[in-house]
Amino acid sequence: MNLITIAWRNAQQRGLSTVLTTISLALGVGLVALVLSIHGIVTDAFQRNKTVGYNLVVGAKGSPLQLTLNTVFYLSQPVENLPYDYFLEFFNQAERERQLNAYGGRLTEPNRDGKYADYFDLESGGLVIPVCLGDYFGEYRVVGTTPAFLNELKHGPSVDLPYTFREGRNFETYNEENTYFEAVLGSRVAATMNIGVGDTFNPTHGDPEGKGHDAGFKVVGVLAPTGTTNDRATFVNMEGFYLMEGHAKPPVLDDETTEETSEVVEVQVADDGTEKPLPLDQREVTAILLRPSQMMFGMLLQNEINEGLQAQAATPIGEISKLMDQFVNPIRYVLLLITAITCLVAAVGILVSIYNSMNDRRRDIAVMRALGAQRSTVMWVILLESGMIALLGGILGWVVAHGVIGLASGTIEDRTGVPVNFFSTTTAELYILPFILALAAIAGFVPALVAYRTDVSRSLSA
Amino acid sequence: MLELINVKKEFPQPGGGILSVLDIPKFTIGKGEQVALIGRSGGGKSTLLHTIAGITKVDGGQIKVNGYDIARLSEAGRDRFRANAIGYVFQTFNLLNGFTALENVRLGMTFGAGNHDLSRAKMLLERVGLADRMHYKPGQLSVGQQQRVAIARAMAGRPKLLLADEPTANIDPANQQIIIDLIRQNCRDEEVALLLVTHSMEVAEQFERIVKFEELNQASRLPEPTI
Repeated sequence: MNLITIAWRNAQQRGLSTVLTTISLALGVGLVALVLSIHGIVTDAFQRNKTVGYNLVVGAKGSPLQLTLNTVFYLSQPVENLPYDYFLEFFNQAERERQLNAYGGRLTEPNRDGKYADYFDLESGGLVIPVCLGDYFGEYRVVGTTPAFLNELKHGPSVDLPYTFREGRNFETYNEENTYFEAVLGSRVAATMNIGVGDTFNPTHGDPEGKGHDAGFKVVGVLAPTGTTNDRATFVNMEGFYLMEGHAKPPVLDDETTEETSEVVEVQVADDGTEKPLPLDQREVTAILLRPSQMMFGMLLQNEINEGLQAQAATPIGEISKLMDQFVNPIRYVLLLITAITCLVAAVGILVSIYNSMNDRRRDIAVMRALGAQRSTVMWVILLESGMIALLGGILGWVVAHGVIGLASGTIEDRTGVPVNFFSTTTAELYILPFILALAAIAGFVPALVAYRTDVSRSLSA
Repeated sequence: MLELINVKKEFPQPGGGILSVLDIPKFTIGKGEQVALIGRSGGGKSTLLHTIAGITKVDGGQIKVNGYDIARLSEAGRDRFRANAIGYVFQTFNLLNGFTALENVRLGMTFGAGNHDLSRAKMLLERVGLADRMHYKPGQLSVGQQQRVAIARAMAGRPKLLLADEPTANIDPANQQIIIDLIRQNCRDEEVALLLVTHSMEVAEQFERIVKFEELNQASRLPEPTI
C-alpha cells in the first residue's frame, strides 16, 4: 500500500469534512478561473478588433476612447457628426469634383485638393472609408458606409483575411433592382434576427427601441463569421442611409446663414420616380476610417488632424491598449486579489479541517510509527491528504467555472464576438493549480508538523 | 536472537526528580523462542517492549537483535529496523478504522524494505480465520476478529521478533485461548521469536519460559523516587 492510498483513506474517513473543505476550495478556484476566463474573453474581444485594417479613426472632437468604442466596437452612444466637407478633405480635386457633380449641393472650394489628400494615394493602399452610425436593426448597430468597407478592409490576427460572404454578395452603391437600399448582415445578426438574403428590414432611428424608418433595405449578403464586432453589425449602403427620413441635415442657404427650418428635409425625387442621392451639403459622417498610403504618415496625420478645431483622430490600437491598462487590467488585479483571498480562506479551511482531526488521529499516526513509519513518512501522509483536497478542489473548481462558461458560450459570443467553449483556457489559469497546491502544502504543514512530533509511546498508551 | 545488556531507561518527573523505569542487566531470547513476561501493571513492561522495538530510546546499555545493537541507531534507523524486524500486537489492537482488514494487514508491510506482497496479506488473514472478512472494516468485526487482524498485521513484515503487549486483556474468555494459540502458532510457523506480556498466569504457564518482570528489572526493586 502506498502513501497516496493511506492519505486517501484518511480523507475518506473524514468524509463530510473532506467534502465540505473540497467544495469551499472548489468555489474559490472556480471564482479565480471565472475571473481569469472573463478577463481573457474581454481582452480577446478587444484584441481581435484593435487590428482592424486601418490606422486612424476620425470623428468629432471629444473623447478618443468613446470615438473608438463607438466606431470600432459599436459600443457606447454615437458621437457627434462631421460635415461631409470635412470628409472630402481627404480626397484629391478630381474626386471632390466628381462627387460634387454626381451628388450636387454645395462644396467649399471644390477646385483644389483636399487638405489631407496628400496622405492618401488610393492606388497604393491608402484608404478613406466613411461611417454613418445612429440606426439600429433590433439590438444591432446599422453601419452606413461604402462598399469599400467590406471590399478593402481585412481582418484576422495578421489583418490579411478579406471579408467573405456566407451567402450573397456585397452591397452596391446603386443598381436598378434595389436602387440605393442594399444591405449586408453580420453573421450573428443574420442568425439571431432570423433573416437572410432577399429579405427586407427597416432600421430604427436613434436606439433599438426607436421609431422605424419607412425606407427598407434589401439584404443582398450575409458575412461569414469573423470573430470581430462586425459579426454583430448590419452594413447598409451609405447613399440609402442618407435617404432615410431624418438623416439629411438642412441645406446651407445662399447668404451663408442657416435658417431654422423643419427638422425633416424632403428627399428629392428624379423624373423617373427614383430618389436622388442626397446633395453634399446635406450630408454628414459619424466617423472616417483612415489608412494612409504609407504607415509612417499615420502619426503625422493624427497630429495634424488633432491640431485642427473640427475633428480628432484616434488610433484604435492605442486607445484599446490605454483602456486595458487603465481600466481592465486594474479591475482584473482587484478581482484576482479578492479571489486569491477566497482561495486563501479555503486553504485555511483545509488547515483547520485537518488540524482539528489531528487529536483523533494521534493514535493512528502512532500505530503507523509503531509499524515502522518514519516521522517524515507520517508528515508526507498529511501533506498528501492536504494536496489531494487541493487537487480535487482545484479540478472541481475549474470544471465548474468552465461549465458555466460553456453554458454561457452562446451569449458570450453574441455579446463579444469571442467564440468560447468548455475548454477555452487562458495562460494565467495554468498557474491556478500550482498556486493551490502550494497553498495546500502551506496549509497542510501545520498538521503535518503535529504528526511529525507525535509522541508514539504516549499516544499508544493513551 | 535478542540480547539486552545493562539496559537503562529513566523518565524525568513533572515535579522534578528522575524515575528509573528500566534497569535490566541481561535478558536474552533465542531464535524462535517463546517467552511469557509477567508483572504488575505500571511496572514498565510496555516501556520495555517500546525500547526493544526502538520506539523509545534507551538511556544506556545495548539491545542486540541478531547481534546488531539498535540502541546505537538514530531514530530513523530504529524506524527502519522496526519495520523490517519487529512485529507488534497491542492490547487495544490499534487497527486503523478507515482501512479494511486487508488494508490494515498490508499496512504492516508498507514501511519495510520488502515487497508489498498482497498474496501474503491474504494468506495471513486466511491463517487467522478471516478469509471471508478481508474487506470488512474494524468497526464491522468483533473484538476477537480485530485482534486476529492485528496478529496478521504484526506478521506481515516477516519479523524476527514478535512483541505482544497483553494481547488477550480485552478479549472475552472464550476467545483468549484462540488468540494465544494463533499468536504462538504463527510464530512457530515462521520461526519468529515471541515476547508476550500478560497478567494471566493461565496464559503464561503455557510458555516454555516465563520471566517475572520484577526479577528481570532491577529498577522495579528500587524505592519510589523522592523529590
